[in-house]
Formats: sequence, structure tokens, C-alpha cells
Amino acid sequence: MKQVTLSVKDLKKKIGDREIIKGIDFELKEGEVFGFLGPNGAGKTTTIRMLVGLIKPSSGSIKICGYDVRKDFTKAMQHMGCIVENPELYPFLSGWDNLLHFARMLPNVGKQRITEVVELVGLQARIHDKVKTYSLGMRQRLGIAQAMLNSPKLLILDEPTNGLDPAGIREMRQFIRKLAEEEGMSVLVSSHLLGEIQQLCDRVAIIKSGEIIQTDTVESLLATQERILWRVEPLQKGVEILGGFTEVIVDQTYIITAYDELETPEWNAALNRAGVKVHEMNRKLPGLEELFLQVTGGGGAGIE
Amino acid sequence: MLALNNLIQNEMMKLLAKKRLVIIGIIVGILVLMFTYAQFKQVEEQQKKLGTVDWRAALQQQIIDTQNRLSSNRMLDEWREQLEVGLKQQQYYLDNDINPSEPGAATFTRMFLENAIDLFIPLLIMIVASDLVSSENSQGTIKLLLTRPVKRWKILMSKYVTLLLSVSIIVAMTALLSYLLSGLVFGYQGWAAPVITGFELNGSDVDVSQVRLVEQWKFLMMDLGLVWLVAVVIGTLSFMLSVLVRSTPAGMGIMLAALISGAILNNMVSSWESAKYFFMVNLKLTTYISGSAPPIEGMTLLSSVITLLVWWLLALIVSFTAFTRKDVY
Ligand SMILES: Nc1ncnc2c1ncn2[C@@H]1O[C@H](COP(=O)(O)OP(=O)(O)OP(=O)(O)O)[C@@H](O)[C@H]1O
Ligand SMILES: [Mg+2]
Repeated sequence: MKQVTLSVKDLKKKIGDREIIKGIDFELKEGEVFGFLGPNGAGKTTTIRMLVGLIKPSSGSIKICGYDVRKDFTKAMQHMGCIVENPELYPFLSGWDNLLHFARMLPNVGKQRITEVVELVGLQARIHDKVKTYSLGMRQRLGIAQAMLNSPKLLILDEPTNGLDPAGIREMRQFIRKLAEEEGMSVLVSSHLLGEIQQLCDRVAIIKSGEIIQTDTVESLLATQERILWRVEPLQKGVEILGGFTEVIVDQTYIITAYDELETPEWNAALNRAGVKVHEMNRKLPGLEELFLQVTGGGGAGIE
Repeated sequence: MLALNNLIQNEMMKLLAKKRLVIIGIIVGILVLMFTYAQFKQVEEQQKKLGTVDWRAALQQQIIDTQNRLSSNRMLDEWREQLEVGLKQQQYYLDNDINPSEPGAATFTRMFLENAIDLFIPLLIMIVASDLVSSENSQGTIKLLLTRPVKRWKILMSKYVTLLLSVSIIVAMTALLSYLLSGLVFGYQGWAAPVITGFELNGSDVDVSQVRLVEQWKFLMMDLGLVWLVAVVIGTLSFMLSVLVRSTPAGMGIMLAALISGAILNNMVSSWESAKYFFMVNLKLTTYISGSAPPIEGMTLLSSVITLLVWWLLALIVSFTAFTRKDVY
């Protein structure tokens, strides 16, 4: 049994009269990268702020490695590292002094560990320069180094690739995978970049207007939405026949239907019997993007 | 349990990196030099008025005049006592060869502190206090600070201790700089010179029964203590605003408005009695021991100190309650 590093139960947050988070449940196991996917304003950052103890939930419970974030704050935080929104560190201190600052806030973290995390993120060359001279990518690395100081079991990253160039994004992705696979760390990543989540995460929760709509592995989320593209002749007759079995969408010369392991061969046989020529049958997994738009009901839906 | 001194070390590191104390030192230095020059000009002018008359002869003449007045019988006892005290002071100047209008660095420092207590020192303190917490907010570093395994009250406590340290450094630095710099012009003497203290105001009567001479260094220590107290109270109030108001300029603005309104009120509230509960009309603590009238009748050193302490305590309670409870967005 893999250890549960984060467990969230029925988490709610009301600001004023508005319920911003409406009851969220999920769990993270060790070695798992978990994606938090949702449009702007869905409540990702708000949820993460509750997880790390910056804001108080209206109700519900959050446990990090078994410690309740509200009741056992210091113990819970000892197992967690995070970057919330942007990697903001003290611009007037050097990278090293920033790390020293946060190391002093941890039990038993000394210079040696600081050197280790600096090497881990590859910032040795510039670590003694002032942070205000760093590029965004370097700040991002320093932020990660800071979050890694206490060798956390759970890493929480809010939009970790925000502002990085493609090479930086790839590097970050490989880095996060490495942490999960080699060090057995759980990583919670929020993003509205779908490709990002698709390549990075083992499991995804899709969140919209403060609710989790679906939680599943990336593969099975995609599989439920698998499509099949038909190119048949004559088109009109094909539409009639297939329309008798299932919902059809006509897209130029293609007919699109859902894919069903058992039914699809029957549909094909029916087409053959009616003398419709089937030129092409094409299974297609949707991109997470299409899935996302389907599930969340299109663009800009999050802003109410 | 994580030791508080680690956190204090952090706060001091940030304070020093921001070079706030250096800036304050420069401001104080410039101001002291300006006032030294002004004082020097004043002394020069007085000497011009006296012309060629030796100040010792003039002082001698004053002493004789006073003695003559004392020997006449038609005088209230209270006035007699006061004159005697003045006489002792003048005699001291003469015996020790001190020109009373050219008083030396110790006197300059005392006067500088007395004039700086209600506006200048509070402004210096605000430079440090008003962004101790709000700068973490505006930089976004508060998010890291509060997600580390340290209780929130401890983080605030480390900041408050840092504030107390800075306040002490600033007060000491102001006194030291004004002594060292003015001494260049006036000489470093004057520690033992007698200063009159002990006036008490009973209604509109001046009670002079307690009037006595105190050596200047003792007087200076009392002044320093009172300046420190005022500085701590102002620092704590700015600190509270820094917790409550996210933006540093807004917090500074509020504090500045309060201080300036205090300076104005001091000159016009004598008939608005309840104004004495405002902290800003209670800042000129040194006037009580040097003996000028308080802005509102019935105010005493004790009442002012108590008023300030009440404000201090409330500010501290509000700061800690707000900081440990608030949601950080
Ligand atoms: N301090 C606040 N007061 C009131 N409402 C807030 C506050 N902070 C956030 N909200 C609201 O909460 C909702 C969720 O915001 P949140 O920042 O969590 O979204 P998000 O999923 O992180 O979006 P994004 O992808 O844009 O970062 C939004 O509708 C927002 O308006
Ligand atoms: Mg966000």
C-alpha cells in the first residue's frame, strides 16, 4: 500500500456570501503527480492556498501525511513544500541568503542541504547574485530549491510553468517526473495548460466553478471520450444508418460517432449490408483540450 | 521547537540588506549638521550683541542683580526659591567657566532630543516599522513565510523584537550622532552642567517647591528614556498599521496624518479636554521634566505615559490577533 500524502475531504470556502469552493475531495499517494486542471477563476489557487494554510477553509479537512493542517500546522508543513502562484523571494538578498533564510525556519536544515538543493536545480553559477538580477526561469528554480529544502513528501506547485519558455517547460516537466519517480515525492500541479497536464500527470482532477467535475487517470479520462471517424460513400446513406444506432456528427466528408468496443463492428456490418462503402474507420483519442472544453462547457465559462 | 532567535536573525538580515539603518543615519547626520550650524549662527549673533563685553562680566552682573532682588523683603517665598535655583545655575556656569549661551555638545544633544521627540524621531521609526510586515505582503514573500513550519505568532514576534532592536539603535544613534557632530563645533563638554527641573503645574499655578538642579547627564538619560518610550509606542502603532494595511505607503500616510494632526492639535486643543486621550498629543514627554506647560490642563507625565502605554498595548493586541487569524490572498 502506498502512503497517502495528502487527503482533502469536503473542502469548502465562502468569501462573503459567495461560495468559491463548493466541496472538494481528493487524495494523493506517494510517487504520484496529480494535476489540477481548470479554467481561469475555477478556484485552483484558492484551493491551494487552503492546502498550504494561507487561508482558512469554511469547512472540511486537509491532512498532509496524516497531520491536520489546522490543528497540527507545524508538523503538516514540515512535510510540504510549495510555490503559490509566483516564485516570490527577497529581491534584495542573494539566492543563497534567501535559501539560508528559509533553512533557518526549518528544523535541522543546514548549509549542506542548501548546497544540495542548489545543485539539484542547477543554480550554482549564480547563487551568490542578488535575486533581482535573476531571470524568471532562474527565480522559478530558486523557488523549487526553496520548496525542496525540507525534503518534503508533498510538493505543491501552482502553475509551475507560468512564464517559462518551451525549453524551460520541458525541463521543469522532466524535473517533476524525476522527483516523483526517483524520490517518491507526491506532486500537486495546477495548470490551465492542458498539454502540460497531459504529459506530466498520472491523475487529473478537472475543476470548474469550485467543484471537481471528474477525477481519473489521464488515459481513462480520454478513453471515455474516444471517437471514431468514418469516411463512407455515399455519405447521406451512411449518416442514416449510423444515426439509427447512435448520435452522429457530420464534419465535412467525415461522420463522427462515439467509439464502443462491442457495438462498432456491428455498425460496420450494417453499413456493409446496405452496400455503403467504408473507406476509412479511424479511432481518435481527443486531446485533453477537447475533453476539457467538453467537460467545462467551452471557453471562458469560469468567469461568472 | 524552533528557536525565536533564528527568526530574529532572518529579520535582521533583511533589515540590514535593505540598508534602512544607514539611510536613517544619513538623515540624522544631515539634520544634526544643519541644526549645529543654526545654533552656531545664533551664538555668533548673541556675541555680536554683547559686543566686546566679556560674557563672564555679563554673567557676574546678572548674579549680582539676582542677589539684590533676593535681599529685598517684598518677595513671595516661592519666587525666592526659584530665583535661588537660577542663581545656583548661574554661579555654576561662572565657576566652571562655561558660557551659558555656548553650551557644548551635551546641551545641544539634550535640546535636539527634546525637539525631535514628537515628530522627527517618530518619522525615523516609521521608516523601519511601517513596512516590516506590509513589504512581505507586497513582495508576495508572505506566502513562503507563512507556509513554513513555524507558528504565525512566532513570525510576528520575531518581527516585533527586530522592531524593538531597531528603535533602540535609532534612538542611540540619534543621540550619539548629535553629540559627536555638534561637539566638533561646540566642544564635547557639558555633562556635569546643572539643568533646572521639577516644575509642577497645579491648575494655572506654577508649583516650584520641587524645583531643583540636576546634572545634565542625568537629565539626558531621563530624556533618552522618554524618547525611547515614545519611539516604541510610535513604532508599535506603525507596526500595527503595517499588519492591517497591505500597502506600505497607505500605512505611512495614516501614521503621518496622525503625527501632523498631533502637532497642530497641541497648539489649539487647550479647551477640548478629551483630546488628551489621543496618543499624538501626548508625545512631548520631555516638556514635563523641562517644565513647560502641557497642551491641555491636567495632563501630567504620568497621565501621558499611561495614555501611551494603553495605545501601545491595544496596538500589540490588534497586531497579533489580526496577523494570526487573517486569510492571506
Ligand atoms: N480575495 C478574494 N475575494 C473574493 N473572491 C475571490 C478572492 N480571491 C479569489 N476570488 C474568487 O475565487 C474564484 C477562484 O479564484 P482562483 O484564483 O482560485 O482561480 P484559479 O483557478 O486559480 O484561476 P487562474 O487560472 O486564473 O489562476 C474566482 O472567481 C475569484 O474571483
Ligand atoms: Mg490561479
